[in-house]
Amino acid sequence: MSRSGPHFGAARVDRRTLLLAGTTLSLATLAAPPATRAQAKSLRVASLLPRSGFLAPAGQSCHRGALAAQALLTDLGHAIEIVHIDTESNVETARTQAERAINEGAQALVGPFESGAALAIAQVCEQRKVPFIVNIAAAPQLTEQGYQFLVRNFQTGGQLVANGLKLIASLLDAQKLSYQSAVFLHANDTFGTAQRGAMDALFPKANLPFKLLDSIAYDPRAQDLSVEVTRLRSLSPDIVMVVTRAGDAVKLVRDMVRQRFEPKAIISPGSPGLYDEEFFQTLGPLSDFMIYNVPWVNPKSAMTSALEKAFAKANPSNRFAVDCLNAGFTFEAFLIAADAFKRAGTSNGPELMAAIRASNITEHVMTGGPITFDAKGQNPNIASVSVQNIKRTPTVVLPADIATTAPVMPMPGWQGRS
Amino acid sequence: MHPTLHRLLGQLDRRQRLAFLGLVGALILGPAFLDRYLMSIMILVFWYAAVGQAWNIMMGFCGQLSLGHCLYSGIGGYVAALLWVNYGIPPWLAAVPAMGIACACGIVIGWLAFRYDIGGVYFALLTIAFAEMARIAFDNWAGGGGAAGLFIPLIPAADAGLWTLSGGPLQFYYLMLGLAITSFVAAAALRASRLGHEWLAIREEPEAARALGIDIYRAKLAAIIVSAAITSLAGVFYAFYQRNLFPSDAFDVSRSIIMIMGPIVGGLGTLMGPVIGALILTPLGQILIALTERLVGHAVPGASLLAYGALLMVIISTNANGVWPGLSRRLGLAPRALR
Amino acid sequence: MSLTLSASVIVQGVLTGLVYGLMALGLSVIFGIVRVVNFAHGEFAVLAMYIAYLLFFWLKLDPFLAALPIAALFFGVGYLLQRALINSFVARAEHDQFILMVGLAIVLVNGCLMIFGPEARHAELSYSLDSWLAGPLIIDAVRVYAAIGSLVVALMLLAFFRLTDTGTAIRACADNRLAAAIVGLDTRRLYALTFGLGLACVGAAGAMQTAIIDPNPSLAPGMTLLAFTVVIVGGLGSLIGALFAGILIGVAEALSSLVMAPSMKSLASFAVLVLVLVLRPQGLFGKGG
Repeated sequence: MSRSGPHFGAARVDRRTLLLAGTTLSLATLAAPPATRAQAKSLRVASLLPRSGFLAPAGQSCHRGALAAQALLTDLGHAIEIVHIDTESNVETARTQAERAINEGAQALVGPFESGAALAIAQVCEQRKVPFIVNIAAAPQLTEQGYQFLVRNFQTGGQLVANGLKLIASLLDAQKLSYQSAVFLHANDTFGTAQRGAMDALFPKANLPFKLLDSIAYDPRAQDLSVEVTRLRSLSPDIVMVVTRAGDAVKLVRDMVRQRFEPKAIISPGSPGLYDEEFFQTLGPLSDFMIYNVPWVNPKSAMTSALEKAFAKANPSNRFAVDCLNAGFTFEAFLIAADAFKRAGTSNGPELMAAIRASNITEHVMTGGPITFDAKGQNPNIASVSVQNIKRTPTVVLPADIATTAPVMPMPGWQGRS
Repeated sequence: MHPTLHRLLGQLDRRQRLAFLGLVGALILGPAFLDRYLMSIMILVFWYAAVGQAWNIMMGFCGQLSLGHCLYSGIGGYVAALLWVNYGIPPWLAAVPAMGIACACGIVIGWLAFRYDIGGVYFALLTIAFAEMARIAFDNWAGGGGAAGLFIPLIPAADAGLWTLSGGPLQFYYLMLGLAITSFVAAAALRASRLGHEWLAIREEPEAARALGIDIYRAKLAAIIVSAAITSLAGVFYAFYQRNLFPSDAFDVSRSIIMIMGPIVGGLGTLMGPVIGALILTPLGQILIALTERLVGHAVPGASLLAYGALLMVIISTNANGVWPGLSRRLGLAPRALR
Repeated sequence: MSLTLSASVIVQGVLTGLVYGLMALGLSVIFGIVRVVNFAHGEFAVLAMYIAYLLFFWLKLDPFLAALPIAALFFGVGYLLQRALINSFVARAEHDQFILMVGLAIVLVNGCLMIFGPEARHAELSYSLDSWLAGPLIIDAVRVYAAIGSLVVALMLLAFFRLTDTGTAIRACADNRLAAAIVGLDTRRLYALTFGLGLACVGAAGAMQTAIIDPNPSLAPGMTLLAFTVVIVGGLGSLIGALFAGILIGVAEALSSLVMAPSMKSLASFAVLVLVLVLRPQGLFGKGG
């Protein structure tokens, strides 16, 4: 109120009219005092994640990675202070909270798991010259629009599908299987539709040894998927390629079991859904043998085991093995910020951003080469691997050099599993 | 000064006129005192005040409960964004077809509803149905980006400007403020007009209104057209502010619900209601986020929204006709036009 | 498109439709008779689902049996809620009720999120994946049980409203509140009873749904919308109408997902809603306009 006082107080009546607005605004100021902008010894990074609302399962999974990141990065000698902010799965909140985070002294932002919020935050960061590191968001447009203060350490939808399809061919090759046909089934949401677009463009050129019989989009809000499975069953493909989220992946498998439809393989060419804790908890043995071709934590990297330990300590009741994609990419986003801060020696936005763009981090946790960024701010070195659920645990099965076990194909029947 | 505006101001007593002009003046000078975070909140406040006013015209004045107003803002945003992205037509020009198409949607809904005399909750469900059908259509229409979303490319700061709606927070602050003031003045002018009196008559006593020779069908249709036009213009501004559109967000029922909460909490049918409602609800959500963070830390996601829901129940339980009627009495601003 | 395929899709549509009807029964009572725009309907159902899940988790109580105690509990909650809070809103405008219920819905959703977390919870029933073969058709066991459950609940409600004095009084009250008050009926008590009854239905239905759908906090808004659609299509206050409308919408959605992308299937339910609103606004089984 002190700053707005002289102005609001110009006339007595005026002041009273504005009582409500003034009080609410001054409360907001009280709740969010601007921090001093002195050159800090440590880097203050805001973690913006959707921990309530529609995207809460994924947002909380990423958040567990952020908690582990604080501990591990401190152990590794980085001076970083992470503040946690909930975007409520709401683009407007993501934007206003990004403004607040920077007001309160955040010198870099990490988040936000989805593309809409990412673009909202990107604009704030662009205007305020504060680095923004996208942990997870697949819309190709993010790195195609010339944002100077944004980098993405995640694959675009197109890269996910291209790599995912290649790995399907490698899987069939490695197991000496000749499957004839596939159907592509995907959730008609932001991510699923982007994947469908990539699939339509890439499948004809991918030269795979099987035919794509049909692509079916389903409504992720639907109460059940029985009709979708009936359609699937009538096509009777060898492979079902899926792009799902956790909830509808569960519905899909259940309706397959009820309708006694047993494809030879269920493979995701790059999507969540098949490895969430919810999937394992609700389906038990039926969750086994699903395959997904996604970037994963490299089981052979020393930093992965360090992250796993930090994760277990910060989140004793959660399994790292199922959270590791979300947690791993979230951790790496903070690692990128901390590493750049160390090299730049300053938290000044443009200088820090230049250091981030010049990243070359060879030792990290996700599969693929060193973390670097191209001119657009995209990390081109992330590699997908094939991961299969074996005994309710995601297990890397391909490529052979980092695989911990061989893939199980064809998928055993639904009955008699343990 | 415009004669209508002059007439409207003439209806106010001295105290009210001072208060009103003081408020507008304070808001115009706002950016000199507000930091960027508070400005980003005020931008949303103005937007919700504008769409709330548009909804208020239909429900508060004419008594037609629309629960699908996201249809108009979504259509407005999508049409303008598509014309800009695909054909380079600037949003100020694209706003014309955007508003036209939104009004056409309003006319179709109005024609179906008012011709067959569908009112109350039935009308509300009809409007939800159309908004949901738009969501599903846009989700599945690849030309509009589908569920994967439609993105408005960034314009480098050097070329950014008002004409392309690509400026910074200051530009959008005044843009949204202008929108809120325009919709306020439009609502005030309409309410004082013959059409406005017809609307009030229809809201209070539809049978008596018919007996008086009011063409109810035409008056209701006019309400939906005006409301759709303002809401779709707001949708254009909003799309260029956020620079991305997703059907699951733009056409979601929850968006319509947030739009109408302001005017109801503020005071339905009053001109200040939507303004006060937006001034209460938007900052409230933000304050609760910061406050719960201080009080319970980051370990309990959902706490701030829970508090928001509870406060919403308290406000509506204790303010039978919204906040403004009681507040204006207490401030001595109650009588006549600003009611 | 083969005959078998169409037939099995129609059977699935009917079963899904009866589950839709089940979801809507409670709203049919609350919105149809008390005329409260209960926009927290889905949230109450989700709450019932969580309680059923807990009863199964702790006591291994089958959700179809848990429907009884949960219905009793929800009756009490509904009765008290009506007396303490909602009764002062009965005479108020629909939009005020609407905001009250939206506030309540936000509280319930985020309460569930805080207590149970964002992931869906699953009651692992021994029969949840059973299905029967009937010639070329495959019929899911749980959906049949839920369909039977919805018929039982509807018949019990119908019997209550037709055969008991209280039920008759409630119907009189719904038809004409003023007249009911004049002839000496205690409308406050009757409304509280009815709201309790409606919520008991939501509780029973929610419990039974737990066998088919895993509860999670973000499930509710979709269920609310679906329930309103079903109630309006079926006709306000008509329980048979709600079941019939559920089936109609279920079959329309199932068939439409055969001929177009399944992602567009809810277009069918909204098309049915618009058609009914325009051609027969009182609903298929509603009393004349």
